[in-house]
Amino acid sequence: MKKMLPLAVLLLIVVTVQQITAWSDTRFYLTQLTMAAYYALLIIGLCVVMGYAGQISLGHAGFFAIGGYLSAALTTRNLVAYSGSGFIKALDALGLLVAGQDIYGDALLVVNPWAACIVAVLTAGIIAWMLGIPVLKLKGHYLAMATLGFGIIVYRIVLASAYFGEADGISEVPAFPLIFGLRVSGDFGAREQNYYIAWGLLIIGMVLLRNLIDSRVGRALRSIHGSEEAADSVGVNTARFKLQVFVLSAVFAALAGVFMTHYNGGIGPSEAGVMKSVRYVAIVAVGGMAHLWGALIMGIVLNFLSLRGVFGSYDDAVFGAILIAIMLFAPNGILSLNWRGTLGGLLRLPGRRQDAGRGA
Amino acid sequence: MALLEVSHLHKKFGGLHAVNDVSFAVEKGIIKSVIGPNGAGKTTLFNLITGALTATSGQVAFDGQDIQGRKPHQIAACGIARTFQNIKLFHDMTALENVMVGRHLRSRAGFVASMLHMPWTFKEERAIRDKSIALLELLEIAAYADVDAASLAFGQQRAVEFARALALEPTLLLLDEPAAGLNMQETVEIGRLITRIRDLGITVLLVEHDMSLVMDISDEIVVLSFGQKIADDVPTAIQNHSEVIKVYLGA
Repeated sequence: MKKMLPLAVLLLIVVTVQQITAWSDTRFYLTQLTMAAYYALLIIGLCVVMGYAGQISLGHAGFFAIGGYLSAALTTRNLVAYSGSGFIKALDALGLLVAGQDIYGDALLVVNPWAACIVAVLTAGIIAWMLGIPVLKLKGHYLAMATLGFGIIVYRIVLASAYFGEADGISEVPAFPLIFGLRVSGDFGAREQNYYIAWGLLIIGMVLLRNLIDSRVGRALRSIHGSEEAADSVGVNTARFKLQVFVLSAVFAALAGVFMTHYNGGIGPSEAGVMKSVRYVAIVAVGGMAHLWGALIMGIVLNFLSLRGVFGSYDDAVFGAILIAIMLFAPNGILSLNWRGTLGGLLRLPGRRQDAGRGA
Repeated sequence: MALLEVSHLHKKFGGLHAVNDVSFAVEKGIIKSVIGPNGAGKTTLFNLITGALTATSGQVAFDGQDIQGRKPHQIAACGIARTFQNIKLFHDMTALENVMVGRHLRSRAGFVASMLHMPWTFKEERAIRDKSIALLELLEIAAYADVDAASLAFGQQRAVEFARALALEPTLLLLDEPAAGLNMQETVEIGRLITRIRDLGITVLLVEHDMSLVMDISDEIVVLSFGQKIADDVPTAIQNHSEVIKVYLGA
């Protein structure tokens, strides 16, 4: 029950914020809060990989992009030209396609958003699995390099392929009808429900990950971080657990990508960019690495500020600076910071700063 | 049939024969020690048995099955637990959590069951916790259950590592220099603990430099020198073995 209290408080805050925006006529904030929630979904997944299992990934924007781009392409690319083929007919017979008209009144045949979502998330999971088998044998810097390479590959692919819209990305992505008449879409009229969809998804994700950390599997993941050799010696299949948690986080990232893309009505190559991956790592670090709540709070706050344009053109530079500052002054995240110690440290000689940042 | 049978085990590092054609057996229910000068190949031998290293040639049979070439976690699953020469605890975890990880093989909740917090996992979690607390009590460190393991005193850390290894409910326990860094009083206590573990029915294979401890508690002793076995006998015989005296024990 103690575990449920923070979640109840979060739920209360979510509802209160929505009520305040309605009352003060500042509903436009909900747009950025919705997007920030989707980014935070990716970030809490990354937090489990990095903070708890101790495996760094600089490729999570790649998984987000795989989710977003696949669902965007499948739900927008017209299959009318192939409607004679048996495969397309079979898909249609299974109800996986939707027919309609495009803006010029021509016949349109695209994949159903549910089917597209499942394909996108499964693909991201399978790619994470295949990538993880060789890559998770690496440690520290080498793992960071390899995942960085993966992120760059995804970025170059979406930028170079006409199917994914090259530099323009994909637009006109239709709404994603969920259950009970809820629709993931950017319509102004659907702003409130989309805010609740995003936060509902984030809270569900948080419950699942909190449960995971607080279990046999969570202890095994943390033991890998503590000492891989010792974890092996008590029978933890370290290779398998690292792979499973990596795949799980890729699924979270892809799901965030799918929902965000339907919400925005499109996706562009910047979502696959390396700086996005660096940003996610920076946010997990600011949140305190092995700290799911820290990752969630920082994921919301920093993404909200960035989306509101607070950092202007210096957006990426700000996240780079945050990463450096965190490593220097608060390696355990700003929530665990001894603020008086740090401020005192800043006033002292440079050589003393690091000790002060760690706090007494 | 012996519980552990090492036959013609050989490990080469480049041109160095770290373990050279070593054969010995460990009978069920005894304490067997491996001694020898520094560099004799004792830790290499341990790492070969636990799967941290793969042998160049030779066999390790445990309970009748050949386990040589298996991965460390698979060997742990056979019922072989170990401690490390330089204590390896999981940092950022409490003493209790460290021991709870030791119950890994005796529980089964996976990713999906854990995330969904399936009701049956509550019962399993409680069983893991109860057993782990019981082990901390056995080792007289239950008072430190909720303390970060890394901040415990050296002797207490060693006890946590013992508890974690025992949490596997192993048939064979490998102890790599358990008395290293302990004072005389603590060494006597650890000796008493090891005999108590044997009396619980757990076979112990021990690498140790403290000769008084080894002679005191061992049922049998294997002596290695430069990777080769030079003696394998009961303690009284080892003490009077001329070659052992020459290379290791001294006059």
